[in-house]
Amino acid sequence: MSRGELLGTGLLVLGLAALPALVNPYLVSLMIIVGIHVIVTTGLTLLLGFAGQISLAQAAFYALGAYGSMIGTVHLGLNGWVALVAAAAASALVAWLIGVPTLRLHGHYLALATLGFGIIVYIVLGEETEITGGPTGASGIPRLRLGAWALGADRHYYVFVWLVALMLLLVCRVLVTGSSYGRVLRALQASEVATESVGIDVARYKVQVFVLSAVLASLGGSLYAHYLTVISPSEFGFDVSIEFLVMAVIGGLGSVWGALAGVLAVTLFIEALRTVAPLLAPGVPTSEYEVIAFGGLLVLTLLFFPSGLVGRWAHRPARAGRAGRAAAAR
Amino acid sequence: MSELLQFLLSGIAAGGIYALVAVGFVTVYNVLGIINFAQGEFAMLGALVAASLVAHGVPLVAAAPLAILVAAAVGALVERGVLGPAQASSEVVRIIITIGVSISLRGVALTIWSSQSYGLPQFSEGAPLTILGAALALQNFWVLGTAAVIMAALFLLFDRTYFGSALRASVMNRDASRLMGISPARMSLYAYSLSAALGATAGVVIAPISLATYDMGIMLGLKGFVAAVMGGLVSAPGAVAGALLLGVLESFAAGLVSSGYKDAIAFALLLGVLVVRPTGLFSGVAASRQV
Repeated sequence: MSRGELLGTGLLVLGLAALPALVNPYLVSLMIIVGIHVIVTTGLTLLLGFAGQISLAQAAFYALGAYGSMIGTVHLGLNGWVALVAAAAASALVAWLIGVPTLRLHGHYLALATLGFGIIVYIVLGEETEITGGPTGASGIPRLRLGAWALGADRHYYVFVWLVALMLLLVCRVLVTGSSYGRVLRALQASEVATESVGIDVARYKVQVFVLSAVLASLGGSLYAHYLTVISPSEFGFDVSIEFLVMAVIGGLGSVWGALAGVLAVTLFIEALRTVAPLLAPGVPTSEYEVIAFGGLLVLTLLFFPSGLVGRWAHRPARAGRAGRAAAAR
Repeated sequence: MSELLQFLLSGIAAGGIYALVAVGFVTVYNVLGIINFAQGEFAMLGALVAASLVAHGVPLVAAAPLAILVAAAVGALVERGVLGPAQASSEVVRIIITIGVSISLRGVALTIWSSQSYGLPQFSEGAPLTILGAALALQNFWVLGTAAVIMAALFLLFDRTYFGSALRASVMNRDASRLMGISPARMSLYAYSLSAALGATAGVVIAPISLATYDMGIMLGLKGFVAAVMGGLVSAPGAVAGALLLGVLESFAAGLVSSGYKDAIAFALLLGVLVVRPTGLFSGVAASRQV
């Protein structure tokens, strides 16, 4: 990691640690959701950025995590952590089953397959009322416990979620830059054909990244279910998958930090919109603006900042670094 | 027996709608090389514009073509404004742009028409036709007739006209066709408008049956898209066959199994086709877009 990145991470951790003392309970609960979204979006950033594949089922894996935890704890009486791991394992298996046949093909077949899978999951959640609670959803999911430490209070859960999110971000960061595995992923990002030509099984790596993205989404879903204690299918629909996609794209796909930037930017944007829109046009439900603004934001970002927020910001120090080194060599 | 016939006939009628949307997908995929997630929104635009025009006293014979023209114009605007400028970007970026366009169009429709449903009168008055005990609303025949006429017209357009040859040439080899004086950028514009018009046609003919709402494009687009994939994504006849098969299967599944899972059928089929025969159900050899 560069010195700037270490400094940035340090500042981020300090800021996050200080936050609950500074702001009101609403913002703390908002930030818990932001932390969960960061976990889910990181998976998508890796998939889009390094494997060059679109998944339209991120919300479906999020649902598998949430409903897996719900079924495990409420119906089967399992320990929350056991249910969380079981749900993540099931998501990994499902992702593998979808990924193996579709990622062997060139082109965007994963986008098509995940689109289908996402909608099927959504329909099943609404139809299998006895297991999932149907369209109204399920309730009574217990809060997680960490040894003697009940993660009941928002502040405690906030610390826990962000510790997990930052840890996962750092692990993914090290995975893509600091390991031989990451070198393959970055080669894949630069040129799929070139990577294949040196004898690397490109499809296998793509499947692994897709499985990882599904596991992260499932993990986020479990944390979400244990936080809200009530879940319903509408929180896991096709539009939610699109929302995660928007967050990943706006943040930037070249670096795992893009996920963090994207989730923060989109959340801030939606919150700002909810404050400003009623002043501009009283009486019109904000959700109407949200839809247009979301689409517009996505299109404009891709047209003018195709590498996203972090892409713009991260490329400059890299150039400066090279120039500096060249100057030092002279 | 008459019940099964009923399922078959209404399935074929639904397939006709899916076919119009699916052929739009194929046209854009062939010429622009991307999956156009905004396809369904043009059906929604066509339906809502036609319904509004009729509500304001414009006769249907004028309202229907006008609505289709409006959608084609919006399609041209989208291609010129967003997809054309992003021509140099990667496929992933351009596919996500179409997702953004689809969300925006839906949002604009929501502000103009709100979340109400709008009706359109049947194209011809009359009681449902009864065939061997199966009743079918007259509008279904309009759907099938329109789909058949448009498919024939498209075949002539692609196969028998200079424009069609130019379009196909720019699919096969962008650079070579440019050397022959064909502008690939213009072909991309025409293809996108054409597919918008096809989508709008589907929207206009189905509005009397299903009503027009701002969010009708999502499912319609997705179903058309499943049909296109079943047909291999590059072949218009394949897409039509896929659409009819999908319509019939859905209709039987809804009638015989469970109506709640009707929509899941399409996507289960999609997964099945992608796993077993990703080049489409009807392709003899591996078909791919020839670039």
